Amino acid sequence: MRKLALRDEILLQVDKPARYIGNEVNSVMKQKEEVKVRFCMCFPDVYEIGMSHLGIQILYDMLNQWDDVWCERVYSPWTDLDAIMRKENIPLFALESQEPVKEFDFLGITIQYEMCYTNILQILDLSNIPLCAAERTEEDPIVIGGGPCTYNPEPIAEFFDLFYIGEGETQYRPLLDLYEKHKELGTSRRDFLMEAGKLPGIYAPQFYEPVYKEDGTIASFSPTVEGLPQTIQKEIVMDVTDTYYPMKPVVPFIKVTQDRVVLEIQRGCIRGCRFCQAGQLYRPVRERDVEVLKKYAVEMLKNTGHEEISLSSLSSSDYSGLEELVNFLIEECKERTVNISLPSLRIDAFSLDVMSKVQDVKKSSLTFAPEAGSQRMRDVINKGLTEEVILKGAEEAFRGGWSRVKLYFMLGLPGETEEDIRGIAELSNKIAAVYYETVPKEKRNGRCQIVASTSFFIPKPFTPFQWAKQNTKQEFLDKAYLTKQSVMEQLNQKSIKYNWHEADASVLEGVLARGDRRLAMVLLKVYEKGCIFDAWGEYFNNDAWMEAFEECQVDIAFYTTRERGLDEIFPWDFIDCGVTKEFLKREWLKSQEGVVSPNCRMQCQGCGANRFGGGVCYENKN
Amino acid sequence: MKIRIKFRKYGSMKFIGHLDIMRYFQKAIRRAEISIAYSEGFSPHQIMSFAAPLGVGLMSNGEYLDIVCREPLTMNGTQMKEAMNQVMVEGVEIVSVRALPEDAGNAMASVAAARYTVCFREGYEPDFDWKSQLEKFYQKLTIPVIKQTKKSTKELDLKPSIYELFVREENGQAAIEMLVDASSAGNIKPGLVLEAFYKENGADGLEEAALLITREDTYGDRGTGETHEFVPLEDFGEEF
Repeated sequence: MRKLALRDEILLQVDKPARYIGNEVNSVMKQKEEVKVRFCMCFPDVYEIGMSHLGIQILYDMLNQWDDVWCERVYSPWTDLDAIMRKENIPLFALESQEPVKEFDFLGITIQYEMCYTNILQILDLSNIPLCAAERTEEDPIVIGGGPCTYNPEPIAEFFDLFYIGEGETQYRPLLDLYEKHKELGTSRRDFLMEAGKLPGIYAPQFYEPVYKEDGTIASFSPTVEGLPQTIQKEIVMDVTDTYYPMKPVVPFIKVTQDRVVLEIQRGCIRGCRFCQAGQLYRPVRERDVEVLKKYAVEMLKNTGHEEISLSSLSSSDYSGLEELVNFLIEECKERTVNISLPSLRIDAFSLDVMSKVQDVKKSSLTFAPEAGSQRMRDVINKGLTEEVILKGAEEAFRGGWSRVKLYFMLGLPGETEEDIRGIAELSNKIAAVYYETVPKEKRNGRCQIVASTSFFIPKPFTPFQWAKQNTKQEFLDKAYLTKQSVMEQLNQKSIKYNWHEADASVLEGVLARGDRRLAMVLLKVYEKGCIFDAWGEYFNNDAWMEAFEECQVDIAFYTTRERGLDEIFPWDFIDCGVTKEFLKREWLKSQEGVVSPNCRMQCQGCGANRFGGGVCYENKN
Repeated sequence: MKIRIKFRKYGSMKFIGHLDIMRYFQKAIRRAEISIAYSEGFSPHQIMSFAAPLGVGLMSNGEYLDIVCREPLTMNGTQMKEAMNQVMVEGVEIVSVRALPEDAGNAMASVAAARYTVCFREGYEPDFDWKSQLEKFYQKLTIPVIKQTKKSTKELDLKPSIYELFVREENGQAAIEMLVDASSAGNIKPGLVLEAFYKENGADGLEEAALLITREDTYGDRGTGETHEFVPLEDFGEEF
């Protein structure tokens, strides 16, 4: 039987010891002597968040299908255990073997959001791996990062040996083959990293160097050794049907955020909303075959015993086999007494019909994401959702028995005016009015509930808004106040509830999103001050961050509120995510004119992703 | 049909709490494709009840849950046990699967007593001669203790709730075995008995981590009310 890394006394003392013992259904045990590569896959946040992530489940399954590799998992120890491990010098360990992460060949870290950057340092530190890649030796694992934040890896470049840019299914085999070859030959860490950096999609940051202009912007960015590429092109799986997908995902003992079977129906999005990074990064849209998905659903339910299944994609309504798949699932799930949880679908007759079949109408709410309050602003951000469509959808929903509506908006979008902001309250009011016009008094069960939420807009790399100014904290708060005031002025204000986010974290996320290598010292400093779990409101310490920026003499405004020139070289420009900078620039200029761009299926916008030779770009063209 | 399942919980699984064990079994029963019955209503749930919750950190050789299966059954008891053991993790083992008579009370209501083995973790042995003192302790006419619940603290006499208490060998080491009340009205935790034992011997407070506790079995009572006749819960059912 396995010996646990933590003594009973410790496990009985910490919250949710199940986070640290492994042994879950479908977790993979191998003999370490029988594998050539030990890979530790990390999601740098608490277990319940990390275990809910589909990407890791896919890669864990793929790597463990290979006989020469054993992939294990590690997550951030929660603050209670973190303190004990530091006090008692207990090294961070992987869940399966319970052995120190330091003994592994690879530590792979998925980087899903900027606010987890200090947790990356926590993982390295607790593992006794030097925080900076330059200080690591042959004794240390190769630290490799992946996930959406690696499309601008520069703020955390110093902490990684390699980054894998793009979808994980394609280059891990060649990378591990190369590693095994180097291990056999006994070549140095540096040699391996240099060779790895020549593989498609692999970026070895220590062999690149930025040169800055006097104004702080980048003059040039290039490799410092021969043979490494100037540009790293993202990796992509063109056939998403014939590739890895975990039929036996790991089933946690404790309730995690995503406690269900997840079916990824497609990758990418045809919509092209100008604020959305995922919509650009994962182009072109590639659909998974509906027959295969049906088979996967049945098999995964059987192998996990989950009582719920959910569909995953950026915009499920655009999946061409949706109706067929959903009808199949409704039948199949009824037989198995399994719940279906539907992602946010576009509200129309079909989705309302489906939703009324799979959920209790009285208890559930409908979700619209207009993202902006006025039509003008929705045109600017290319959110092709009109007021007419929203009101009609709401009307149909109210007729169908729903009385709760959730609305998501952003504040701080480029060129936003007071009128646009007031539009949020006005749209909410109009939806409430539709309820009172549609549902006769005797059928009402009290008031309708409109919950409008705003988040603050943060410009992200590889979006048309990557040039845009981010609002200051004060502007954010003023706008939230104005929104609140406008809601109070509405006729149906008693039916509208308004929520807004904290502004401090949004400012910081903005800095890190479009940051460069000079932020590494701020991250080190703030970590020294004890910051971890910044994504968790109760642990986020804004004062510590502000001190760290000051002590490092790094100017927040340079990264957030500065409007970038059209010709500025961005820290992430050396990455080629498929869409061209020219396309993004065109979209940025079009947004300033309030001109919308049709989606990929209506009319190709020439973003550049058609060079991958498949997906939506070649639909109906055979 | 009502079915009683007996299982063991050991190893790292002792850190999985009662609610999560329930979730674990709900999923395991689906994986094993047991034809469990569901409740009516908009969100049907499996008809399942557990005997006595086991605290985090404790192991057990005698845990029980009752389920109701749809008829006709698709598996016999042996097949059901086999199917479930196929989908278990290390640390949970199905020991028996038996059919209950229709009028049998549910698992939780049937619980009357539980037998525990208590060992001292290395380095945590008490510094008085506990092996010889234990019998003397059990011979006392009353064993008053203060029981703390979430709402109140009350004094009670443990003596009538301890049915057996003695020292025995466990893997070449001396261990304490006890049979105590585990009914919903009068459940006694082994730690409470040990605390009283420590106090009687003037020893310092018992540390939570000191004890390694295994529940050996859970019992129903077939006695007349005047006298007890403790029977393992599995014996209320028959093989099928």
